[in-house]
Amino acid sequence: MASTEKKANTINPQKTSKKHKREDIVSEYVLETRNLGITFGGLKAVQDVNLKIKKNQIYGLIGPNGAGKTTVFNLLTGVYQPTTGAFYLNGKDLTGLRQDKINHKGIARTFQNIRLFNNMTVVRNVMVGLQNQPEYKCSLFESIFLLPRHFKVEKKMRARAKEILKIFGLEDERNNFACNLPYGKQRKLEIARALATNPKLLLLDEPAAGMNPNETEDLVNTIKYIRDNFDMTILLIEHDMKFVSGLCDEITVLNFGTVLTEGNTKEALNNPDVIKAYIGG
Amino acid sequence: MTFVKRYLSLAIIGTFTVIMAIMGFVGLPFSTVELLEKIAIAIILAVSLNMVVGFLGELSLGHAGFMCVGAYVGGKVAVLLSQSLGGTHIVTVILALVLGGSVAAGCGFIVGLPALRLRGDYLAIVTLAFGEIVKNIFENVQFFGGQTGLRSPQFIGKNRFIVFIIGFVLVLLTLFVIQNVVRSKHGRAITAIRDNEIAAKSMGINVTKYKLMGFVISAVFAGLAGALYSFTQSNIQAQTFDYNYSIEILVIVVLGGMTINGSIISAVLITFLNIFLQKNLGGSFAIAKDIIYAVVLILLVIYRNAPALKSFREKYNFQALWRKIFKRKHNPAKVKDDAARWDVVPTKIEMNEVLSTDVVIDKTGDNSADVGERGGNK
Repeated sequence: MASTEKKANTINPQKTSKKHKREDIVSEYVLETRNLGITFGGLKAVQDVNLKIKKNQIYGLIGPNGAGKTTVFNLLTGVYQPTTGAFYLNGKDLTGLRQDKINHKGIARTFQNIRLFNNMTVVRNVMVGLQNQPEYKCSLFESIFLLPRHFKVEKKMRARAKEILKIFGLEDERNNFACNLPYGKQRKLEIARALATNPKLLLLDEPAAGMNPNETEDLVNTIKYIRDNFDMTILLIEHDMKFVSGLCDEITVLNFGTVLTEGNTKEALNNPDVIKAYIGG
Repeated sequence: MTFVKRYLSLAIIGTFTVIMAIMGFVGLPFSTVELLEKIAIAIILAVSLNMVVGFLGELSLGHAGFMCVGAYVGGKVAVLLSQSLGGTHIVTVILALVLGGSVAAGCGFIVGLPALRLRGDYLAIVTLAFGEIVKNIFENVQFFGGQTGLRSPQFIGKNRFIVFIIGFVLVLLTLFVIQNVVRSKHGRAITAIRDNEIAAKSMGINVTKYKLMGFVISAVFAGLAGALYSFTQSNIQAQTFDYNYSIEILVIVVLGGMTINGSIISAVLITFLNIFLQKNLGGSFAIAKDIIYAVVLILLVIYRNAPALKSFREKYNFQALWRKIFKRKHNPAKVKDDAARWDVVPTKIEMNEVLSTDVVIDKTGDNSADVGERGGNK
């Protein structure tokens, strides 16, 4: 955790020569990126990524280590500002917005190394995710002087958080501190928290990492459930090829920051270039 | 029940205030009144610093600076108004408090700005510098009395006891506001930033807004404590608000386990200890005061955190005592709603560099033991 933070602070992306002017487009896709790219110093970390993700699709982003998958996620969530290109959510240009603003517009993510609010209870973790939705609006003044809206909002939030936790089977754990959960449940909680922000697009960064086959199967079902019941579009990074081929409709394969191939999962995985990139030679 | 638990501290202090007010009418010795004022000031300072240290997770070493601002501004306002209204007029008191608090809030905003970019030790240095700068500015501005200090309209005689009533009303206000902020969605956002800033950002939390909110709320109450302090002193000296004072407040907060109720208890204990030592050690023993104070602090910190004493702490703490009295069995699975444990906020701040003693909270222990310890052993 510390090392990645340091990296994000010390290596500054090169400033764009001219500021990106946001222009909305007409797009049939939930997420569309156009020539998305970023340069760290002289290193071209990601170049010309063109993703086109349809509604209700589960889309995979795979590639060998250091291919730039997580960098793409960081670009899409505003951690890094892209040096080239732009990305659109339902045709709305979100390039260059702040992280929290991008989340408000409808992109939520999980992290490769779990980042929960460890010293808060499970239910509160989810409630933090809920708090920016207009239905749970409550000003500081109302909270301080305990006006009726404060209680109403708190009650509604707690009920909604419990509902979300129920989907992930975490309802009984809701009063435990997040740091005391076992690994698999922490992963689930992170997804639950991301889901609580009511996104249009959910980015999952290696959701099955470190899970045993049973847990992985459970996760596959949960992700499908989310897609069907929350009307969600999902973009995920994963190294487990069985997981990817069982879940994703389409994938994009990245290697050294460029797109190697994209399209139907089976075809892309059988592409000789992809196999070469993974096992060398 | 949760509601009762939540405002238990407020109820206790409220009752105490009423009793003291009644006794005040009858007549309290001056030393008692003075002690109560000092305790009120310490509680306000500790609880407000806990907002930044315990809940926002940033180390602030400039809390005395905010108090200094409040004391000088409040004191000066009181001086100016007392010429036309009289020193103990209620308008004078209220205006002095409001202005002292709001100018301190402005300072809190200014100090909050670097907090958006700096973390940990670096922010601690900035806040430390802020405290020193403020102190030196007030010491050298003639409008505020310069080197000789600001002569404030001291409340004397029967009026003096009004000051400590004001003090305890302010304590209640501080507790009410800070508890409600922390318990609300805004407080959750603040604690989320403490736990993981990157995750908080990605969850749509406006980090800028909430960090500044934390610093400003903390500064407002420090300013109020300063204005209150100015009523109790005939002459305000800038040297009082040096970094030692800030550290002293921090020590109170750390000893209180960085919780609100803990801060209150340790504020009372530390103030008692300070005054007890000051009174009983005279002459050539005066220097021993600092030594005894330091030794007591070290022992308390070791007692709170030594792994060897863990079983002892679990056996003998307030919560275990409570359970014994009411024959209640502790069952963590039966906890209905986390609202009951709202102020249990373990913190990740590492204070070793500041206090040179290990107070990093051990997170390897199981949850229930952890909570029990925090809940009781203050």
